[in-house]
Amino acid sequence: MTENSMSKAGQGLTTANGVPLKVSLMRTNRRNQIRAFLLVAPLLVFLVVAFIMPILDMLQRSVDNPEVGTQLSRTVAALEDWDGESIPDEPVFDALTQDLLAGAEARNLGQVASRLNYESSGMRSLIMKTSRRAGRIESGPYKAAILDIDEDWGELETWRLIERESDPYTLSYYLAALDMKYDSNGEIVSQPEYLKIYQQLFVRTFWMSIAITGLCLLLGYPIAFLLANTPLRYSNLLMILVLLPFWTSLLVRTTTWIAILQQQGVLNDIFVGLGIIADDSRLSMIYNKTGTLVAMTHILLPFMILPLYSVMKTIPPYYMRAARSLGAQPFLAFRRVYFPLTIPGIGAGSILVFILAIGYYITPALVGGQDGIFITNFIAFHMQTSLNWGLAAAIASILLFVVIAFYLVYNRLIGVDNVKLG
Amino acid sequence: MEPFAKFKNVQKSYDGVSLVVKDFNLDVAPGEFVTLLGPSGSGKTTCLMMMAGFETPTHGQILLKNEPITRLPPHKRGIGMVFQNYALFPHMSVAENLSFPLEVRGFDKAEIAKKVDKALGMVQLQGFEGRRPAQLSGGQQQRVALARALVFEPELVLMDEPLGALDKNLREEMQLEIKRIHEELNVAMIYVTHDQGEALTMSDRIAVFNDGVVQQLATPDELYERPENAFVASFVGENNRFGGEVAQMKDGQCQVRLSDGSVVEATPVAVNDAGQSSTLSIRPERVVINPDNGALPNIFDAEVKDVIYLGDHLRTRVSVCGNDEFVVKTPNSIDKQSLKRGQKIRVGWSHTDCRALDA
Repeated sequence: MTENSMSKAGQGLTTANGVPLKVSLMRTNRRNQIRAFLLVAPLLVFLVVAFIMPILDMLQRSVDNPEVGTQLSRTVAALEDWDGESIPDEPVFDALTQDLLAGAEARNLGQVASRLNYESSGMRSLIMKTSRRAGRIESGPYKAAILDIDEDWGELETWRLIERESDPYTLSYYLAALDMKYDSNGEIVSQPEYLKIYQQLFVRTFWMSIAITGLCLLLGYPIAFLLANTPLRYSNLLMILVLLPFWTSLLVRTTTWIAILQQQGVLNDIFVGLGIIADDSRLSMIYNKTGTLVAMTHILLPFMILPLYSVMKTIPPYYMRAARSLGAQPFLAFRRVYFPLTIPGIGAGSILVFILAIGYYITPALVGGQDGIFITNFIAFHMQTSLNWGLAAAIASILLFVVIAFYLVYNRLIGVDNVKLG
Repeated sequence: MEPFAKFKNVQKSYDGVSLVVKDFNLDVAPGEFVTLLGPSGSGKTTCLMMMAGFETPTHGQILLKNEPITRLPPHKRGIGMVFQNYALFPHMSVAENLSFPLEVRGFDKAEIAKKVDKALGMVQLQGFEGRRPAQLSGGQQQRVALARALVFEPELVLMDEPLGALDKNLREEMQLEIKRIHEELNVAMIYVTHDQGEALTMSDRIAVFNDGVVQQLATPDELYERPENAFVASFVGENNRFGGEVAQMKDGQCQVRLSDGSVVEATPVAVNDAGQSSTLSIRPERVVINPDNGALPNIFDAEVKDVIYLGDHLRTRVSVCGNDEFVVKTPNSIDKQSLKRGQKIRVGWSHTDCRALDA
């Protein structure tokens, strides 16, 4: 039969009740697809509402800058023709007075005052003070009257700041998160040394997370190996020991470390009791980097062991036997044959522990002291205490970008398809 | 000839209660192909693992070229091994798999390349150097495993059911391939299998294992033609069995009275006195249908139970002397007799083909 006649015959096929076969098949397939979609729909909705939307909201907040543009709208409009080189003229002061009066009436000047204060301290009190006294100005010219209230209005920087921050979007939160700012000319410059905090915190957070990942790998690899290679009845018991921490509250585990590691704690008492250290030179192992490292390694260890275990479980013992029968000493056989086969597990465990560590909050807050806190603690500080959500969002976004960057690098090196979690 | 590899009174117990291998003795000559044949759990793989060094004997000695190697770790023994699941390293290419034993022995690059090429040529896999094991078919993986076990030129190669995972045609092809390589390289091989056909095809000698004990150690034809006990007779090849009691011994022959009263002339193998109970073993292809009267010492009336057509031969199940499972194999020749179920016939066999074994 030729190809042509075959395809003709294929087109003519129908089901028993006369529907063309192709149509019937598509109908069946579509029904299956819809059913599959409905099964995942609840999770999809949940993910969109609880995961994707908050992230988008965070990203938006990190650049969102509505305060100056809306609450000082008249001033901003009047500043449009300003040359930026001299103190603005009367119309701008007129507009400013109206904005301040309207804002005082609506009681929402606090927002714009705070917003400008982030950029240049003193702006808050300048605006609040001026708005209080502006009510007493009976008639223009306003320029002289406002300058009379506070001579800061005669500074070019004040006006440049207002003009710069009138855009609905700003990079200044990101600059602040990286210890940078705009200077009075609108150039991006570093903060003076004594004001820098975030760069150092970012660096510390990354290094500590890498160190924690390394420690987890070092401690977890032998345990996972043992788990995967002992007879079932022992390995079950071991597995319970590995999982035991999951059944205890995170807070309990963290505070236990305080009891063990503090200066009057169990470990120091033992050292002193054994005469290893003198009573007056007790080691400080908590409320610093050591405390964070120890407690976080302990808490994150299972996340390293489990992926490693699941990969090792699939490596049959005869690979090592084959390597040894071919003449490799045990260590060489391990290095050349067993270890390369566990790399997917190492990758999965490491990226899991690293991402968890970089975003960890409670443990560094409890045991980190000044020295061992993470960048996340500052996100919390800006969310809860300083209420500078824009800055919190910017720091969190940077963290997110870094994690994504790590993930991409990881994908390049090992390949996400190779990751095995169980 | 001086034995090349030797098991001497080897015993093995895993739990300290029961012996998996009971007093195993075996001499392997240089270049010899010895098969350990037995059902699973008979101890044959344990013996192989002790030779490879992955298990230590509980008692006894293993010698290689007259040196005791019982305490020598596996990597120092220099024995090639082919595993049941091939155990090719999945993260290495074919060439890297083959280079591995040479690299750990410190050969230089040029020599490694030469040897790898030669080994691949031997198993006819040139051009596959860059492939990963997962990209090869079962038969190709088997060849690579074989080449890897041979590439460092060991004098002894162990194989643990290497063909178990292949389909029938491929298995037969590989049997001949392994046999050819064995003859070409003249290495000693110890081969473990539970497939008696495989053992008969390939081996110089076969050790039949059961229950941790070697039942018989002999050449394939010896094993098939002259099994020494009932287990060997039933495990190697098909056979018809009768239970009975020795009635009389005379002139190197014996008469065995079966449970239904008929008396069979047989060759005594494991019996030496009247009154002993015995199992008679007759190969199905040695039975003659409707023989001439007096042509054979044993001729009995039989009834055809069924006939199975197998292409090159016919299997006829008959009921004779109280045994309903008696099988007769006849070649599918031009002058074959067509038999039907229920037909009354006579069957006969020579006393030399009927061996009186242990009960």
